[in-house]
Amino acid sequence: MALSTHIHQELLPVRSSAPTKSMRARMQDALPKLVLAPSFAITLIFVYGFILWTIYLSFTNSKAFPKYVLTDARAYQRLWRWTFESDPPSSWYTSITNMGIFGVLYIAICLGLGLLIAILLDQKIRGEGVLRPIYLYPMALSFIVTGVAWKWFLDPGLGLEQTLHQWGWTSFHFDWIKNKDFVIYTVVIAGVWQASGFVMAMFLAGLRGIDSEIVKASQIDGASTFQLYRRIIIPLLRPVFLSALIVLAHMAIKSYDLVVALTSGGPGGSAWLPSNFMYEYTFKRNEMAVGSASAVIMLATISAIIVPYLYSELREKSR
Amino acid sequence: MSAIAAPGRTPGSSIVPRIVIYGLLVFFALIYLIPFFVMLVTSLKTMPEIQHGNMLALPKAPTLDPWVRAWGEACVGLTCEGIHGYFWNSIKMVVPAVAISTFLGALNGYVLTKWRFKGHKLVFGLMLFACFIPFQAVLLPMATVLGEFGQFGKFLTNTTGFTFGFGNPTVNLVFVHVVYGLGFTTLFFRNYYEAFPTELVKAAMVDGASFFQIFRRVLLPNSLPIIVVTVIYQFTNIWNDFLFASAYAGSGDVMPMTVALNNVVNTSTGVVEYNVNMAAAMIAAMPTLLVYILAGRYFVRGLMAGAVKG
Repeated sequence: MALSTHIHQELLPVRSSAPTKSMRARMQDALPKLVLAPSFAITLIFVYGFILWTIYLSFTNSKAFPKYVLTDARAYQRLWRWTFESDPPSSWYTSITNMGIFGVLYIAICLGLGLLIAILLDQKIRGEGVLRPIYLYPMALSFIVTGVAWKWFLDPGLGLEQTLHQWGWTSFHFDWIKNKDFVIYTVVIAGVWQASGFVMAMFLAGLRGIDSEIVKASQIDGASTFQLYRRIIIPLLRPVFLSALIVLAHMAIKSYDLVVALTSGGPGGSAWLPSNFMYEYTFKRNEMAVGSASAVIMLATISAIIVPYLYSELREKSR
Repeated sequence: MSAIAAPGRTPGSSIVPRIVIYGLLVFFALIYLIPFFVMLVTSLKTMPEIQHGNMLALPKAPTLDPWVRAWGEACVGLTCEGIHGYFWNSIKMVVPAVAISTFLGALNGYVLTKWRFKGHKLVFGLMLFACFIPFQAVLLPMATVLGEFGQFGKFLTNTTGFTFGFGNPTVNLVFVHVVYGLGFTTLFFRNYYEAFPTELVKAAMVDGASFFQIFRRVLLPNSLPIIVVTVIYQFTNIWNDFLFASAYAGSGDVMPMTVALNNVVNTSTGVVEYNVNMAAAMIAAMPTLLVYILAGRYFVRGLMAGAVKG
């Protein structure tokens, strides 16, 4: 890393130190930037420009069509009212409450389960090559397929409940997917099923990267396996925890398809996340300004998580 | 290989923990497999068997009929021509989108590592952050712009007789996926080329090789692993996308596979044929699953690269 930066600094002056360069040579100098320019321009326009556009729309009175007369923060005021003064609960209130429940459970269970399976797999397991891909394959599926599969599996009349009834456990009752108070937990189940194997893979890579000398030393000191993990190994995995946390948090906030495929939004929109709220309000309920405002809130939340992380990662690399 | 000492590894330790470990691992493996297993066996059963039988039971007389019907007859909304058309829509969208975004990502990574300029880090940082934004924040402006593209396409048709792709939903989706996939592809190639010896690039430069010659003769021949990782990552992401697909090609015969599948499952005309639904889901899952089975190692590498390193 340090080496390559050095060489660049050596190269650059050579290329730029001749002011009397021919047209052709100057073209050659500009070429790398010209090659990068389209991609960068596309990013500036279609990501950052569009974000500004969305922010702008959130301060207008846009309904079914975009209007470009700035009004005020009316859309945000409505979201605010829907958060704190809604009785009965508004769909925005439902969405952010669901986001909280889903986010916390999804992240916590994925981390816990991922770490547990990774530790189990790291015990010199025969057949690891067969087992490991099994935990990870859901990650290759689309959320729509996952949703369809779990919708079937959790359906009271067709899936798990029915199966257990047939096996003789007739008092078993499991209708969360049709219950407006519990439907969000089915989204957690399917989400964890899909992503926990990925977290497992991250932890496994982390475990494999731990210096075996440290482990040996603590074993000589007579640490039990439990102590070894609690005191030494898990603390060493802190960077993996951080990465996994960031990835899961941003996946949780972006979750959209799973709710659609698994629950079609749940009874009365009771399974909505902010992403679903945004889509419905923008494209189906003709409330573009409110939809845009909700998108801005989503973006702000993700930015608060991602920006410091990316900043520190890029920082670290330059050292 | 494994760095962590396990109790079972030291000779003389009890066999009980080993049994517990294997038991847990197999138990989890079964849980991960069950939803897929149910989907598969259901897709091979007849409707009466589904209604009266057990979800976990193997099909008594496996039939591929639901698969055939899903492919050729299943109802998507009001049209009952199966999902094959939508499957091809997805292929037509995925192939160019993956190719273009991978190619641009390779060039960007090359410039950002071997032809650095002042501010290269800012440029990369801005492109990288684009990977993480919730696409809801750009959804509506993009819809407006794509609408304008459509208008322009109509204008072109009136004047020249061709749309040149403007307003074509597949072209639109290719464009959208290239735009929002660039951050990831650039990230992959940048991190890969970062480790590529700059001495080789320098030597080629001394030999008088041009910018593109170096890329083509020095970098590209050594890029196969990262190309595979990027292609797989992009393929999986774009094939599985639902948000853009439903926003920009959400109805009619232009829908990609994911949207069509969601419609098949939620079509309420007539009796719900669960076996056909499950077969359709299997078909939708097949391409990415195949890639995973054939090149799982690269798939995981892509996920990790997209996740861990900025």
